[in-house]
Parts: sequence; C-alpha cells; structure tokens
Amino acid sequence: MLHIVACIKQVPDTKIIKMNPKTNTMDRASAPAILNPYDSHAVEEAVRLKNKYGGTVSVLTMGPPPAVKAIKKCIEIGADEGYMISDRAFAGADTLATSYALTCALEKISKIKPIDLILCGKMTIDGDTGQVGPGIARRLDIPPLTSVKKIVEVNKENGFMVVHRKLEDGYEVIQSQLPCLLSVEKEINEVPYSSFPNMLKAARYEPTIWAVADLDGVDKKQLGLKGSPTIVSKVWAPPKPEGGKILEGNSQEKVEQLLGVLMEKKELFAQKGGAL
Amino acid sequence: MNFEDYRGVWVFIEENVGEIAPVSLELLGAGKKLADKRGVELGGVIIGDQVKGLVNQVYEYGADVVYLYDAPIFKDYRTESFMKALLDCCEKHKPEIILYGATSTGKDLASAVATDLPTGLTADTTELDVEEDTGLLLASRPAFGGNIMATILCKKYRPQMATVRPKVMKALSRQPGRTGKLVEETLPLKEKDVRTKVLEIVRETTKKVKIDEADIIVAGGKGLGSSDGFQLCHELADTLGGAVGASRDVVEAGWIEHHHQVGQTGVTVTPKIYFAIGISGAIQHLVGMKNSGLIIAINKDPEAPIFESCHYGIVGDAFEIVPMLIDQFKVALSREEAEHARKV
Ligand SMILES: Cc1cc2nc3c(=O)[nH]c(=O)nc-3n(C[C@H](O)[C@H](O)[C@H](O)COP(=O)(O)OP(=O)(O)OC[C@H]3O[C@@H](n4cnc5c(N)ncnc54)[C@H](O)[C@@H]3O)c2cc1C
Ligand SMILES: Cc1cc2nc3c(=O)[nH]c(=O)nc-3n(C[C@H](O)[C@H](O)[C@H](O)COP(=O)(O)OP(=O)(O)OC[C@H]3O[C@@H](n4cnc5c(N)ncnc54)[C@H](O)[C@@H]3O)c2cc1C
Repeated sequence: MLHIVACIKQVPDTKIIKMNPKTNTMDRASAPAILNPYDSHAVEEAVRLKNKYGGTVSVLTMGPPPAVKAIKKCIEIGADEGYMISDRAFAGADTLATSYALTCALEKISKIKPIDLILCGKMTIDGDTGQVGPGIARRLDIPPLTSVKKIVEVNKENGFMVVHRKLEDGYEVIQSQLPCLLSVEKEINEVPYSSFPNMLKAARYEPTIWAVADLDGVDKKQLGLKGSPTIVSKVWAPPKPEGGKILEGNSQEKVEQLLGVLMEKKELFAQKGGAL
Repeated sequence: MNFEDYRGVWVFIEENVGEIAPVSLELLGAGKKLADKRGVELGGVIIGDQVKGLVNQVYEYGADVVYLYDAPIFKDYRTESFMKALLDCCEKHKPEIILYGATSTGKDLASAVATDLPTGLTADTTELDVEEDTGLLLASRPAFGGNIMATILCKKYRPQMATVRPKVMKALSRQPGRTGKLVEETLPLKEKDVRTKVLEIVRETTKKVKIDEADIIVAGGKGLGSSDGFQLCHELADTLGGAVGASRDVVEAGWIEHHHQVGQTGVTVTPKIYFAIGISGAIQHLVGMKNSGLIIAINKDPEAPIFESCHYGIVGDAFEIVPMLIDQFKVALSREEAEHARKV
C-alpha cells in the first residue's frame, strides 16, 4: 500500500488576470483563484497510482484560508485526505522558505502515515519557478526527479521506481530509490471530469488545518518573508514593443508591399531559390 | 557571512552528447559583462565524464577560469552527483554569482544547490545586471504568466544564483586560441552515494523540427479556425523554407505537437523573420518571439494586440492574404532565378 502526498497550490487564474495600468500592479481581485493546473496532473497521477497499486492519496497546501477550495478540488479528482498549513508567519515566502514550511508539514504527515512518494506540479502559473519541488526533496534528503512525463513502475517491495524524465531533445529512463519526489509534466495524464460521488465527498470534506504552533520543532527564522533570501524589489508591466507599420491598400497592394520587404531579405531563401 | 570572501561570476556549463549547450555559451557572454563590471574573473564549471576537451571552448567564449570535475561518476546528469560537485566547488572557491541555463538540467541542479547552500535563486531570468560597487545581482523575470516583470534581489546570501532562459542572452563571438586557468577538482563520491540511475537516454532530435534554430518561422494561431486551415502555415513555411510555429491554443486544439509552441510555456525563438498569422498576440506568446529580427503579423482584427508588437502588419483575412503571398513569392523567386541565370 502506497502513501502518496501531492503538494498543491491555489493560484490566481493568469488567463483572466487584469493589470492596473496606472499602478502597474496586478488586480488580484479580478482573477478567480483556481487549483494550479499543473498540480491537478500531480493529483490525478497519484490517484492513478493508488488505483493501480493500492494505497492512500493525501494533498498538502500552504496558503490562506480560501485555499481550502483547492483541496476540495483535489478530493473531487480522487484524493483521500487534505492538509493545509495556514498562518500569517508563512506570508511572503520565497521558494526556499516555502519548501521549508512544506517540509515541516510533510514530516508531521509522515508521522501519521509514512510517505512513499511525493508528487509536485512542474511549476505554478503565478510564481512559475518550478523550484519548490526540488527544494522539498533536498530538505527531506530524498532524490528529486523533475520533468517527469511518465511513471513506468513503482516497486515498493524492492524500494525503487522507474520514470521517464523529459529532456530538451528526448527523455531519459531513470530508476530511483523510494521514497523520492517527482515534479510532473502535464503530458503525464489527462484529468477527467470529476465523478458525482467525489463531488459529493468534496463538498462535505473538511481538511486538517495546522498553524505554525501545530508543527513540531519549527525554526521560525526560516519561515515567510524573514526566511526568504530573495525579495521582489520592483514590479512592472513588460514594455510593449513599438507598434509596427500597418500596410495600407487593397489586399493585392498589401501583399506586394510585404513581398518587397521579404525580397530585401532574399539571402535567407537561398536554399529555396537554388541559384540565388 | 563575509561577502568579501566571495568573488567571481560563474556559469554552469551544460553538456549534451559531447557538446556545450548553446545556452551555456550565451551565459558566458552575459556573465562576462557582469564580471567586467565587477572587475572579477569569469569562471565556467564543467562536470562530466571525459569532458576535458570542452575546456578550450569555454575559454574561447569568454571564461578566465575553468573548474573541471571529470570522472566516470558524472557520465550522466544526476541531481545528487552534480549537486555535490558544485557544492564542493562553491565551498572551495566561493563565487559571488552563479548562472545556469533554465533548461531541465539547469533548473533541476540550481534548485537543489540553492536549498543546500542555502541561498536565493531567481527563476527564468530574462534580464541581468549587477551593481558595480555592491555586487548585488539584479535579476529580472516574467511572472504571473508573463503579465508582469519583476526584479529579484538576494541581499543577504552569497552566492547569488539565477537560471536564465535560453536565447535571450548573446554569446560573445568565439576567440580562437584564447586561454585561461584550469582548476581540476576531484570528489570522493561513490556510486552507492547516488540514489538514482539513468537506465537509458532516448534522443528524439531527428523527429523534431528545431524551431529555436530556424531563420524563418511561420507561426499560426487559433484564427486559422481548424487543423485544415492551419495547413496554410505549412504551405507558407514550405514555400519560404521555414519552420512552423504555433500558439498554445493551436497546440491545445491538437492541430500540431507541443514542440512547435512558441512562448512562455513553449519555446523561445529568435528567427530572422517571424510570421504571426491569426495569432492575437497574448503576452505569453509575445515573450517567446519578441526578439525575432522581423515580425510580420497578419490578422483580421485591426485591434489585435499583435499589431503593437510587429514590424509590419497586414489587417486582413489570412485565407485571402496567405495564398496570395505564396503565389507571388513563388513568382518573384523564379523571376530572380531567371535573372540570375541570364547574368551567369
Ligand atoms: C513576481 C514574483 C516573482 C517571484 N520570483 C521568485 C524567484 O525568482 N525565486 C524565488 O525563490 N521565489 C520567487 N517568488 C516567490 C515564489 O513565487 C513563492 O515562493 C511561491 O510560494 C512558490 O513558488 P512558485 O509559485 O514558483 O512554485 P513552483 O516552484 O513553481 O511550484 C512547483 C510545485 O511546488 C508545489 N508548491 C508550490 N507552492 C506550494 C504551496 N504553497 N503549497 C503546496 N505546494 C506548493 C506545487 O506542487 C507546485 O506545482 C516570486 C514571487 C513573485 C510574486
Ligand atoms: C501560464 C500561461 C502560459 C501560456 N503560455 C503560452 C505560450 O507559451 N504560448 C502561447 O502562444 N500562448 C500561451 N498562453 C496562452 C495565451 O494566453 C493565449 O491564450 C494564446 O496565445 C492565444 O492563442 P491565439 O492567438 O492563437 O488565439 P486567439 O487569442 O483566439 O487569437 C486568434 C486571433 O486570430 C484572429 N483571426 C481570426 N480569424 C482570422 C482570419 N480568418 N484571418 C486572420 N486572423 C484571424 C483573431 O482576430 C484573433 O486575434 C499561456 C497562457 C497562460 C495562462
């Protein structure tokens, strides 16, 4: 029986996000909060492994109280248990402080039930660093495996698993000791629509919520803004490139003008023009 | 932590099938500027098995020092072995800045090293600068799906680290014969200390068009309506001798595979000519192609944001404009060809 924990985060939907043009800040209220799309693949993969090998899927998030909604979404996908750490002391955490806080929570969860495997998303769509997963792995001193696009085998009995890890020009097949931590690519699976029973379960589900005081042996200096070596010093809207020349005339004339522009670069078409 | 002890800018040199990854050469170019501004040396860190042959190239692209870990245990990239080598190197030689390519390998390694040091790590940087006197690295990056840019600082820890997107920095031109200082290091690391094993590496290069290397890219968007409509891009690309790119919506619609996707979660490209056909110009798309030499947009909506980011724009229906362009281009090229033949 496997105990798999997926780390998940609630994020603003960056597709809908609006920027305040005057202050160049993000209008967070304009964006609905959603479960980080990459994390839904991590949860789905955990559920698939549970269905294949048997076991339990827990999810863990660090976030403000409304993040309970993201946990419920995971229960809909098929997770069994949800844990949330929520405290003002966590606020302003960069990836180093985030991985520290999550590690403290994972240690507490592992006392309830030992963890065999941790799954993270490839990255979030707000901070999108992809650094939290490897950070947790290092802190727990287990092997991190990033860019995982396929899980071939989990062999708890012999203490190893085999995955495909994506590379720029292909992939590699890696065998790792268990426990380990994977960051998964979205191509690892497709998340189906939630089933009705899971939706009912999610509606009624109350996750376990811990504050800093509930975690054992936490070094408060390593949490939140205080524990974060990086700081965001300046935020601005990316400069818009200057607008180009809009070609005028009827379609024929526009195409001719464009052709003129292209033919100035005709050395680029050498292999096509043959003799050119 | 005494900052005075930390000197020099380093680049982690990523190696792929015996070749240095282009992003590492770009980072040597970017690192050189930072090092010069600080008046310090530029270092390259090479970790691998039988990789000594790469050392000269690293000098030729700008490094003053090369730190080399050359041993069979480093044959394949593995987080634990590479991390231990880099941590060892940091401890011995104390750099103030380390840059990594924001590739699968670079991001993986940098995140692990940052946690163990510990220090701050800025992700997916697209702009780099350094304060001359304080040595503070100003690393700027897109966040929130490219909607904002943020400058990230690491004031209290050294080294300062960043992963940097491929294709946004420029390599220096190669200076044949330029040399530097070689520092060879060894590490008492045993196979049993590394808990992962690479069983097999599958390269898929031949199957893939490398759009990040193409001079001409014809990219199409959702405006082409269907996968049939999208064929127009293939036709124009064939005619011009270019590669096909796509917006994310097109990839998600299944009209083309992911490795053609240009943008924030796709590939960053810098072709000489970039066509954006039926692409609205969302910020996440723009960040992937804005450094193209010449951007040509074809879109039927005069208000489409892409027109604010192109060099030449045609407001019009792609299904009318693109076939005309293909025909006329063929005529123009064969005319040139005929003229050339006459001259010879
Ligand atoms: C504009 C801006 C830029 C930033 N740039 C940097 C930077 O360059 N370097 C840096 O160190 N920090 C940076 N941060 C801070 C960073 O976004 C936060 O530390 C954030 O809490 C975690 O990083 P992430 O969202 O990038 O997660 P990622 O590392 O992208 O997330 C990977 C996976 O980790 C798990 N995970 C992440 N966060 C949580 C969570 N709260 N709870 C449970 N699981 C989680 C999920 O599985 C997720 O898919 C930046 C923040 C802002 C606002
Ligand atoms: C975290 C995140 C990451 C993302 N990463 C990427 C990324 O890497 N790459 C990317 O591209 N997107 C990315 N996106 C998505 C991006 O926000 C846009 O949704 C996407 O780029 C839009 O694709 P499109 O321009 O093809 O489609 P649309 O926005 O639907 O635009 C279609 C355009 O076609 C025009 N048109 C319609 N009919 C015609 C016609 N007959 N002739 C000419 N023009 C016509 C329309 O006027 C319109 O401007 C990302 C989004 C998020 C949130």
